[in-house]
Amino acid sequence: MSGATPITSKAQAWGRRIAGAAVIAYALVTLVPILWIVQTGFKTPSDAIAYPPKIVAEPSLEGYVNLFTTRSRQAPEYIAALPPADGWVDRLVRSRNMVVAGPSKFGERFVNSLVIGFGSTFLAVFLGTLAAYGFSRFKVPLKDDLLFFILSTRMMPPIAVAIPIFLMYRALGLTDTHLGMILLYTAVNVSLAVWLLKGFIDEIPREYEEAALIDGYSRLAAFRKVVLPQAATGIAATAIFCLIFAWNEYAFAVLLTSGEAQTLPPFIPFIIGEGGQDWPAVAAGTTLFLVPIVVFTVILRKHLLRGITFGAVRR
Amino acid sequence: MTHTSSLHALARRAGAATPPAFAARVRGLSDRAVAWLFITPTIVLLLAINVFPLIWTIRLSFTNYRANRPNAPLRWVGLENYTSILSDPDVWHAMQTTAHFVVWSIALQVLLGFGLALLINRQFRGHGFWTTVILLPMMLSPAVVGNFWTFLFQPQTGLFNTIVAVLAGRDPSSFQMIGDVALAPWAIVLVDTWMWTPYVMLICLAGLRSIPDDLYEAAEVDRAGPWRRFWSITLPMVLPFLMLAVLFRGIENFKMFDMVNLLTSGGPGSTTEVASITLKREAFEKWRTGYSSAFAVILFVTVFGLANIYVKVLNGVKQR
Repeated sequence: MSGATPITSKAQAWGRRIAGAAVIAYALVTLVPILWIVQTGFKTPSDAIAYPPKIVAEPSLEGYVNLFTTRSRQAPEYIAALPPADGWVDRLVRSRNMVVAGPSKFGERFVNSLVIGFGSTFLAVFLGTLAAYGFSRFKVPLKDDLLFFILSTRMMPPIAVAIPIFLMYRALGLTDTHLGMILLYTAVNVSLAVWLLKGFIDEIPREYEEAALIDGYSRLAAFRKVVLPQAATGIAATAIFCLIFAWNEYAFAVLLTSGEAQTLPPFIPFIIGEGGQDWPAVAAGTTLFLVPIVVFTVILRKHLLRGITFGAVRR
Repeated sequence: MTHTSSLHALARRAGAATPPAFAARVRGLSDRAVAWLFITPTIVLLLAINVFPLIWTIRLSFTNYRANRPNAPLRWVGLENYTSILSDPDVWHAMQTTAHFVVWSIALQVLLGFGLALLINRQFRGHGFWTTVILLPMMLSPAVVGNFWTFLFQPQTGLFNTIVAVLAGRDPSSFQMIGDVALAPWAIVLVDTWMWTPYVMLICLAGLRSIPDDLYEAAEVDRAGPWRRFWSITLPMVLPFLMLAVLFRGIENFKMFDMVNLLTSGGPGSTTEVASITLKREAFEKWRTGYSSAFAVILFVTVFGLANIYVKVLNGVKQR
């Protein structure tokens, strides 16, 4: 069903227009929650929880300031006695009768998310590429069983996996460490990487390697110089999928980390202001957390189908 | 195929670039050795992080072990944990809650997702852009999504309540999506549907695009009406794809934790306590490690059954 039909009747043209209108309507409705959160990040705390909800509000960076700082409330006399405010952040905070006490933990958590995300992605893609090539090109005994085993590890409920991992990490001293989280996410992601990359490598005709082997290449050299460049797009797409998983993961993070290695998903919901959740700050954190995902979704859109079905559906 | 021939040329060029003497020297590894060298690291990692813990869980499931009292005497209790789980009304309640969540969220996602796919397949102008927009929710972190929907569901100030109130002509504070025993199970269905409808849509779209045009042309020659074409061509051709989507969503929703934990954390009371939440309470709040290990094993077995069906369907789709 590709390309334009040469003769389009009027009824078909109208049908197409109505279909378009319905899809666009759905898309706009589905966007509302996301846009609302982004906008809440730019509201003042009182506007964020105003009744009725404010669709138009005075833009404010207070949410972002609160996200990146910790503050302490002071008496007005104390603030009046301070030297003049240094920059707009200080002025904004002082206008709320507070002073900046220091940076918040958001930066650290963001760095943790990056370190654990990239570390586990690198390992999973590295191991996954090797294994996928092995499964794709060689006669491996029990190949189907091994592949099924690799896939099935992904299907266990994370909480069920977390019980023994919690005990194991406690015994090994890996609880709340970057290394522990990287290893765990690598193990979860490697199954996706093997299945996706096997699909990509299966599509590279064997003849190229065979030609290289005849020309005197070793297996390893043929893999490195012929297969890897051909699989580059597939490897990149797989890496982005692994990165998104590690970036979004919550269950293991909330059960196995508390400070040192905590990532953003268990952190963002519990940004507390005076009197409960600080919604503009939570929304600001959520926005910064979602931006990379939106970018990756756009980059990945041609490979999404493959990624979400473990390579079962390709087009 | 110009693409293929250029690859041939590339391979030949790459081959010619290596001096034969050097190649002969590193040729040492046999294919068999390379295969094992490549596959073993992955298998070892999975054995260490998945299989070994699983065996440990099975062992613990026969004991009264408590992770918060590691030095307490360990007692073997045989099948006691299993029998008490299968006769525990809380566990059955959790299973029913999970079933309600899985069945309704998937039913809604199939209806909406398939419908959207049919509309997008009309290829109106700009359909590529709008498809990408629709896909966004499923890429987000379920935990963060669950958290920001609690904000939308605030009884007075939440956007969702306000919009529903305006449309239904009711007071926005007259209902609570997460605080109400009757509505909370639907709140999690609603958020899951918002998030995962695009998933079903994307797979259905692939199914629709796999239907060869000449089938419809033949149907036109036979003067088959639109309904007949839908029931005899579109639906049967998309069905394997739809089943794949349903199985994937089924497994994912069966183990659902993140979104529900942040949206309702199982409440009010235990009305939205799906299996994973019950498991978390038993394992990490009540610290009944032995008992929760047995529950985990039961969930493993259930998911394994589902996984087996999944692989059979997957192979069916692939063979087409």
